[in-house]
Amino acid sequence: MTKQNWVDLAYLVAAVCFILALKGLSSPRTARNGNLLGAFGAALAVVTVLVSADLHHLPLILGAILVGAAAAVPTSRRVPMTAMPQLVALFNGVGGGAAAIVAYLELPHAGSGFPLVASMFTIVIGSISFSGSVVTFLKLQEVITTRPVVLPGHPLLFGGSLLAAAALSVVAYAQHGTGTVATAAALLTAAASLAAGVLFVLPVGGADVPIVISLLNAFTGLSVAASGYVLDNVLLLVAGTLVGASGTLLTRLMAQAMGRPLTSTLFGALRGGSTAGSAGPGSDRPVRAASPDDVAILLNYAHRVIVVPGYGLAVAQAQHTVRELADLLAERDVEVQYGIHPVAGRMPGHMNVLLAEANVPYDQLKEMDEVNPQFATTDVVLVIGANDVVNPAARQPGTPISGMPILDVDQAQNVIFLKRSMRPGFAGIDNELLYQPNTSLLFGDAKESLTKVVAALKAL
Amino acid sequence: MSGGMGLLTVFVLSVFVGFEVVSKVSTTLHTPLMSGANAIHGVILVGAILVTGSASGAVEVTLGLVATVLATVNMVGGFVVTDRMLEMFKGKSRV
Repeated sequence: MTKQNWVDLAYLVAAVCFILALKGLSSPRTARNGNLLGAFGAALAVVTVLVSADLHHLPLILGAILVGAAAAVPTSRRVPMTAMPQLVALFNGVGGGAAAIVAYLELPHAGSGFPLVASMFTIVIGSISFSGSVVTFLKLQEVITTRPVVLPGHPLLFGGSLLAAAALSVVAYAQHGTGTVATAAALLTAAASLAAGVLFVLPVGGADVPIVISLLNAFTGLSVAASGYVLDNVLLLVAGTLVGASGTLLTRLMAQAMGRPLTSTLFGALRGGSTAGSAGPGSDRPVRAASPDDVAILLNYAHRVIVVPGYGLAVAQAQHTVRELADLLAERDVEVQYGIHPVAGRMPGHMNVLLAEANVPYDQLKEMDEVNPQFATTDVVLVIGANDVVNPAARQPGTPISGMPILDVDQAQNVIFLKRSMRPGFAGIDNELLYQPNTSLLFGDAKESLTKVVAALKAL
Repeated sequence: MSGGMGLLTVFVLSVFVGFEVVSKVSTTLHTPLMSGANAIHGVILVGAILVTGSASGAVEVTLGLVATVLATVNMVGGFVVTDRMLEMFKGKSRV
């Protein structure tokens, strides 16, 4: 076999690893091995290219890889689990940026026809993915507002930036990707695409951001696939296409879990009407505040309790305390379950990860469809740091969360909210449930409040 | 089969494989799956290495090295953070 045969064989093995990795990640039992297999495939591919290709600047390249790894490993190890979604967004963005740079550098060598088109495509999609992911990161980090942002003339600006990117791509194409004009056109294409990425993500409301991360993930996959075509590299083509296709499907599945078509998630705010939000029925209406002792008594004499955890629980790191409370109640023959909304936390499945971290038994975690029929026969629902996922406003038309499936908490005998303040949830709208007569509120940090409730319960 | 047609064939078949492998995933695993897929497209590192290795001129080499750093962050960080998420699931099936 020639050297090229060995290289192609190694790439084939890596591609198979990636397919098996995605397959493994689809089931809880095989997920971890699947991920390790993917990492093995990626390492094999990198070693193969380093050994086989005729590379200049090898010490610099190895240095760059070391720098990247030194930056990535400690960050991903130390970041709190609650901040994971924005980290994934950031990693996705830098991947898109890398693809765009690769395509830009390859432009003069792309020749003509399809490879040249693929280069420009990669520059556009990679840049959109990069800037879009950065805005997503800033939203999730709450550096900028999580509410939808619509600029004056937003649809025109967005459409204009896309058209500009397309027109400039044509210019670069007409110049065969070489020369000063083509270089300038390619750089301007990147700039227009970066602007388009920002304008694309700004109008998306906080609660829908995870879906956008998934979509941008698919975008990066496609740009990697296109750059594989340009570089005549089958592995990049296969890996990028796999991520592009699976990411697109995953995005649709997530949008379905939110109960809304993808287009209304992405462009709902642009059509107007849905951004008004919390200005409505004033938030100075009377609510019923409860003390930790009240809550303890209510819980102690209940038969069935359902805990609805939300992002507030995650922020306060209260998952261990909530398990302590659940254990205490179980000792007193109170049936405790957790009602997990598909998008509890900041990403689908995020809450399952956090509760698993606190060793909450898996069989107590109930998915929405399973738990919803049970609320009517439940004595106490403990809503900890969740808001939008139990907001009955989702059942009415004309609100930012209209149509989103919710947990039917309002059917329970008693509802207790553990909240830091009367601040509305991530979607930025008021929750009617807070003002109902059978609702009481325990204000404060979720962990502190729960610790007080546990103490009060022990004293009973 | 000529080069272009071959690549197109691979592309189309990969689309179907990509759809097929994730079609039956539970909501619980959406986040790790997205994160794992995110790590996989970090393989653009191979492209970044190839482009940097054949680049000439300070600007090109610098850009190539930037792409290499970014791609490494994507790949390495992606796999590590996915592993950390999945660590939480261990032993769950035994309960």
